[in-house]
Amino acid sequence: MVQPLGYLKETASQTAGPYVHIGLIPKQAGFAIFDNDFGGNLVGPKTRGERIVIEGRVIDGAGELVRDALIELWQANSVGRYNHPDDRQDDKALDADFRGWGRAGTDFETGLYRFETIKPGRVPGREGKLQAPHASLWIVSRGINIGLQTRVYFSDETEANAADPVLNAIAMRERRKTLIAQKSSRDGQTIYTFDIVLQGDNETVFFDA
Amino acid sequence: MRNIIRRDGEFFQRDRDLQPQAYTPIYKTSVARSPRHALLSIDNSLSEITGPMFNHNELGPLDHDMLKNYAKGGDPIGERIIVHGRVLDENGRPVPNTLVEVWQANAGGRYRHRNDSYLAPIDPNFGGCGRCLTDEDGYYFFRTVKPGAYPWRNYVNSWRPAHIHFSIFGSGFAQRLITQMYFEGDPLIAKCPIVNTVPDREATARLVAPLDVNAGVPMDMLAYKFDIVLRGRRSTLFENRLEGN
Repeated sequence: MVQPLGYLKETASQTAGPYVHIGLIPKQAGFAIFDNDFGGNLVGPKTRGERIVIEGRVIDGAGELVRDALIELWQANSVGRYNHPDDRQDDKALDADFRGWGRAGTDFETGLYRFETIKPGRVPGREGKLQAPHASLWIVSRGINIGLQTRVYFSDETEANAADPVLNAIAMRERRKTLIAQKSSRDGQTIYTFDIVLQGDNETVFFDA
Repeated sequence: MRNIIRRDGEFFQRDRDLQPQAYTPIYKTSVARSPRHALLSIDNSLSEITGPMFNHNELGPLDHDMLKNYAKGGDPIGERIIVHGRVLDENGRPVPNTLVEVWQANAGGRYRHRNDSYLAPIDPNFGGCGRCLTDEDGYYFFRTVKPGAYPWRNYVNSWRPAHIHFSIFGSGFAQRLITQMYFEGDPLIAKCPIVNTVPDREATARLVAPLDVNAGVPMDMLAYKFDIVLRGRRSTLFENRLEGN
């Protein structure tokens, strides 16, 4: 016999279901309840950094749009520091006007999700290796049993992307491009388009992180 | 003189034997929405061990009280209950000041959602969502009505057991979790395809909140207790040489 280790077990995940909007973005469910709703706009007038939009669709294994998904985004500020006490990069300034987190539903008609944010700076990875600019995403919906983790990288960061330790950990080179959002311009805004493919050809790389 | 400082490091590897797989044909919607490639295992970096933080001033005073937070002219119909518990990590440490969000059907099993067309009526006094921050001991508390069971098209005649959806953040983005809480004694739990996506019987049992008579309020409401466990974190030890020694 040995002593029990005594760790607790992580609570099992259950699908967010079709009505996730009620709890997390009630306005999309069709009603107003809280004075302060969380949403897809991460920036205020004083936030520092280059304004960008990250938008796209979620596509299932049959090629259908997933119109009831919820996506959360987490990213560093414009100089590459997270607004969190465990980020101890004291040489980089925090931005009091940037939490770095938002959430957005895919539209019930168009299937589009949209985040208004800033381009994140580079953050160190393991063993001091610099990571390319990226934002972390977490996707839940009806039919997804446990939230899917992935990252958005940016198409105009060719050099940084080529040296990124996470992108380089993807053995099938062809699949690395599934994590790279394509840059374009519309109505004076910088748009990065990032479609998330849950299954099949061009399936997005998801992480166990 | 030296001392040792313990800092939170990476998260423990997620025990996938206790978590549902993506592809679970008993829950039909998962078939087309489940990745076919293996997940890419990556070490935690700052991007995973950090996550969003929330403040009390972002929440309203009634956000946690679903008996009152959408009441228009009276209380909602249904069995008044308290749902409470603690958010802990796998080390048994409380997760303080973390955002807990819940949503549920009303007592008749109907959601206030534009896509729900079930026969049971909307309750004009019930929104069906609430949120709060855990206190320094990881404790959270909601008042609500017990949700009803409702039918859904998985099999021809599938019914969801009464449940409350929970969303929890933790201290880092890799701890993010959504789950559902069920009620002790509900015969629909064992028949539910969504419950049965969880491959481990004990893990399923941990989703069922026991009746907690002690925490109820006499002549007012019963209580159910639901503790939530998020991934634990490794400790990284730093040796710190104090100034002047």
